[in-house]
Amino acid sequence: MKIIVLAKQVPDTRNVGSNAMKEDGTINRAALPTVFNPEDLKALEMALQVKDKIEGTTVEVITMGPPRAEEIVRDARSRGADGGFVLSDARFAGSDTLATSYALSKAIESTEGYDMVFCGRQAIDGDTAQVGPQVAEKLGIPQITYAEALEHIDETKVVVRRRLEHGVETVEAQLPVLVTVTSAAADCRYPHAHRLLRYAKTPVDVKNADDVKPDFSRLGLAGSPTKVKKVDNVVLAHKESITIEPTDENLSEMMHSLIEEHII
Amino acid sequence: MNNVLVYCEITEKNNIADISLELCTKGRQLATQLGGRLQAVVLGSGVQGLEQQLYPYGVDEVLMADDKRLSPYRTLPHFELLVEVIKEQQPNIVLFGATTIGRDMSPRISSALRCGLTADCTQLEIGSHTDAKTKKVYDNILMQIRPAFGGNIVGTIVSPETRPQMATVREGVMRKEILDKGYKGTLTKIAVGDKIDRADKAVRIISREIKEQTINIKPASIIVAGGYGMGSRENFQLLHRLAETLGGEVGATRAAIDAGFCEPERQIGQTGVTVRPKLYIACGISGAIQHTAGMDESGKIISINTDPNAPINAIADITIIGDACTIVPKLIASYNKNLK
Ligand SMILES: Cc1cc2nc3c(=O)[nH]c(=O)nc-3n(C[C@H](O)[C@H](O)[C@H](O)COP(=O)(O)OP(=O)(O)OC[C@H]3O[C@@H](n4cnc5c(N)ncnc54)[C@H](O)[C@@H]3O)c2cc1C
Ligand SMILES: Cc1cc2nc3c(=O)[nH]c(=O)nc-3n(C[C@H](O)[C@H](O)[C@H](O)COP(=O)(O)OP(=O)(O)OC[C@H]3O[C@@H](n4cnc5c(N)ncnc54)[C@H](O)[C@@H]3O)c2cc1C
Repeated sequence: MKIIVLAKQVPDTRNVGSNAMKEDGTINRAALPTVFNPEDLKALEMALQVKDKIEGTTVEVITMGPPRAEEIVRDARSRGADGGFVLSDARFAGSDTLATSYALSKAIESTEGYDMVFCGRQAIDGDTAQVGPQVAEKLGIPQITYAEALEHIDETKVVVRRRLEHGVETVEAQLPVLVTVTSAAADCRYPHAHRLLRYAKTPVDVKNADDVKPDFSRLGLAGSPTKVKKVDNVVLAHKESITIEPTDENLSEMMHSLIEEHII
Repeated sequence: MNNVLVYCEITEKNNIADISLELCTKGRQLATQLGGRLQAVVLGSGVQGLEQQLYPYGVDEVLMADDKRLSPYRTLPHFELLVEVIKEQQPNIVLFGATTIGRDMSPRISSALRCGLTADCTQLEIGSHTDAKTKKVYDNILMQIRPAFGGNIVGTIVSPETRPQMATVREGVMRKEILDKGYKGTLTKIAVGDKIDRADKAVRIISREIKEQTINIKPASIIVAGGYGMGSRENFQLLHRLAETLGGEVGATRAAIDAGFCEPERQIGQTGVTVRPKLYIACGISGAIQHTAGMDESGKIISINTDPNAPINAIADITIIGDACTIVPKLIASYNKNLK
């Protein structure tokens, strides 16, 4: 079986320190370490479980981002993935989820075929959880979202347990299918020491936009219907605590500033 | 082309889900501002009559498909029908819940229609936008406000060129409010026929274990919490009203729960749940360590307490000295006034 895992390198937004935002309210990316998007690691684990069960399975990782996102491919290989590449091109800059999913679907189509595609449910920076289902639509295959465990897999079909808001649901789908994996799924296995050494210096393939033969009008800013108009910082700097008397004026002023700060 | 369309979710007991009624309330405001109609789509099985639950929220037209294969929800059958409805109706705005269903289906729809989709919005407003490069002005478009970056930033997203403008909205952040009990809407049946034959075969549900929704305050981004100082179950109703107004949930201390002021599921602290809302309003709470352990990572903390020396005040950003039972109604009134 051929399996593709989509994995994103993200700034670690889970432990944002006081220096994570610049004076002007924009993100200070340099102050945040980059990590393998946590749910993508779980997606990789699920893919490797298929490889454990079905002999001859190959797992390839595709990541779209700046050249240093090759760390993702190296990390994945040290954990057991067979290969992968970075999709990197300045023409992808400014992509929203629609343009991102288009580029990723073209990258998938540039490979030698696939039986399953695994994604994380959501990336911890953009936080949209949209890319997976959009890739599935573009590939014209069904999707199974919120996967927490593989219950069965064979050459033709898969049974997946999904974790929903108020319970669980088990579904069966014929292959090919795209699966998005949620945080409730198993943690990824650790890198093998010898694989870490082996892949630390192996060059990672990089593909650019031309390599995946896209319709260029659907890439980057031009191919993105959503635009970020404005960004406000809500990291609450530890302000002095203030004490107020409950006059109508004071309360109204407080509510007004909470609304202005997008807190309520 | 100024219509607003809401995709409705159906609960396990075959009612319209609260999130969808919240979206209809918001959708009504947006449609009125744009001079358009509000449409609601109901796809399910045994759903006849549900239109009556929707009209009071100001829904002008309910588009309904009733077919066994549409319940329980599966992506592809709903997707196929909804894409067709949107192509036919050409709404200006489409709203989904930011629920497991809404977030499963809406991206697939945006991909098929090649239109913009904004995830997990906490506010929606009509406004105008000027493109930074072309200087082109877009009036009366949807300002979609959403947290990103792990909640550390709030972005305003616009989709100026493509239609419909689509957004998912978090549960509980919009108010659910009946417009007019006697509001008159119309019902349009969607013929399903063989349209979903292929979609029906793709994914099969083997088993489901879904509980009807119970109280869960953990995901709330605003929590109004009450302590023993609230004095009674009746006074606790004031907190419910404030929480509803702000789109939040009510939490409580163990002392308040032991006194019977509210349900045990709402207990916050060492032996309750841990919460991290954007805003925590503590009313009549002293601030015992067993309580603060479950809330001290809240974004902003407001304490309302008669005692200026209550320990909770030390971790509060704003302390209001006084009687919570008189201050809370003032906050509600002041919020409503500030919005106008
Ligand atoms: C403040 C802000 C708000 C935004 N809001 C929106 C919005 O509402 N709508 C919108 O369309 N865009 C939005 N964007 C743009 C969006 O963040 C980017 O398009 C981003 O590249 C993809 O979205 P995501 O990070 O949310 O990924 P998600 O959709 O959350 O990712 C899901 C999964 O898809 C895969 N995946 C995603 N990106 C990659 C990648 N680069 N390489 C490999 N695999 C990947 C991973 O498996 C991942 O787990 C916003 C950007 C900002 C800065
Ligand atoms: C092992 C253990 C585990 C525990 N786990 C938890 C837990 O998970 N969660 C939890 O909450 N507690 C827990 N407790 C209990 C905790 O120690 C406190 O007893 C409890 O939190 C106190 O609740 P309170 O602040 O509502 O009440 P009190 O401490 O009685 O405080 C009432 C406050 O209200 C103020 N007040 C009075 N009237 C008014 C008014 N009209 N307007 C405004 N303010 C007024 C008073 O000044 C006072 O500050 C635990 C205790 C133990 C021993």
